[in-house]
Amino acid sequence: MGAQLRVYKRRIKSVTATKKITKAMEMIAASRVVKAQRKVQASTPYATELTRAVTAVATGANDKHPLTTEAENPSRAAVLLLSSDRGLAGAFNSNAIKAAEQLIAKLEGEGRAVDIYVVGRRGVAHFNFRERRLSDTWTGFTDEPTYADAKKIAAPLIEAIEKETAEGGVDELHIVYTEFVSMMTQTAVEARLLPLSLDEVAKEAGEPDTLRPLYDFEPSAEDVLDALLPRYVESRIYNALLQSAASKHAATRRAMKSATDNAGDLINNLSRLANAARQAEITQEISEIVGGTAALADATAGSDK
Amino acid sequence: MAAELHVELVAADRSVWSGEATLVIARTTSGDIGVMPGHQPLLGVLESGPVTIRTSEGGTIVAAVHGGFISFADDKLSLLAEVCELADEIDARRAERALERAKTDSDAAAERRAEVRLRAVAVR
Repeated sequence: MGAQLRVYKRRIKSVTATKKITKAMEMIAASRVVKAQRKVQASTPYATELTRAVTAVATGANDKHPLTTEAENPSRAAVLLLSSDRGLAGAFNSNAIKAAEQLIAKLEGEGRAVDIYVVGRRGVAHFNFRERRLSDTWTGFTDEPTYADAKKIAAPLIEAIEKETAEGGVDELHIVYTEFVSMMTQTAVEARLLPLSLDEVAKEAGEPDTLRPLYDFEPSAEDVLDALLPRYVESRIYNALLQSAASKHAATRRAMKSATDNAGDLINNLSRLANAARQAEITQEISEIVGGTAALADATAGSDK
Repeated sequence: MAAELHVELVAADRSVWSGEATLVIARTTSGDIGVMPGHQPLLGVLESGPVTIRTSEGGTIVAAVHGGFISFADDKLSLLAEVCELADEIDARRAERALERAKTDSDAAAERRAEVRLRAVAVR
């Protein structure tokens, strides 16, 4: 075998191995998307009921609660970014990080100090590399987040927002995550969790202008709101974590699918080149043989004379 | 046919039970409360403890809720809890073991969880 041909054969073999790996990763991601989507759906009833309850109390109770009233001069904001622990997901993490950076720049442009909270190793690595201070980070569960994880994340955030701004508390809480629109589309979105804007909450509950019943609160409206709002934040974070996980798996699936397709194309091209090399080799051998016989024939013809 | 109310019992990560009922008894922070069809709209904070649902078919369903909320309006009642289990799903022996373990480790949260489970099983 000629040297050229051997090089092609070796490359085809290595690309085939890569293709097998990416194909396997694609299939794993595909099955995980379905699982993650199911979890999003399973958490929806709780989220809807909770949203409805929050709307009911917040519209029913007229008093000012720190979590529903906007500060007059917000000077400090917290941004929670949800990224993933692992890469190989196309532009998934860079899109989320870009959205977070834009939001941070915007908030800082409005004269607010920004505390950054990050979930997922990729996001943490991004900010650490740029030597930016992170208020808190969480890693290790982005593939399959549980409600306990959401609680763990929510606790310091709620604590920060309940503190006075002068003592290091924050006035606003923003969240940046990747919304799972469909298998093909996932968009990085930002949302303000706190203070609550009631119009948006009502829109989410899907009943914008209906008359709400006059509730009897047990024990009192303030106590109910006090208990309800942290749960609401937790449930929103939980939902965002689940959507982020589903989006990450969908992005991985897509990235791995195009990697598999590219590997297939590469194998096709390489086999063509290998075939051409093999044929060139054969042609050369034939012409060498023909040339050799012709020379031999000439030599014998000459010796006869 | 007596009036009915629709009950949704949901935990943070799943819907636990839903169906028609004639009476729901739950413990709020200010005491036990019984809700029947036609009750005035209500929103309350639940204590950890058993919730009893009397279904329209005459059966009784008991669930252990670990904190949460009860909300009732238009004959629709929702019970929201971060963690919520039907009494049928609870393994009493396991809960007892968990209680003992929690007591020796003096883990207050785990002890309370195990107690709530056992109370729910006892009501069943």
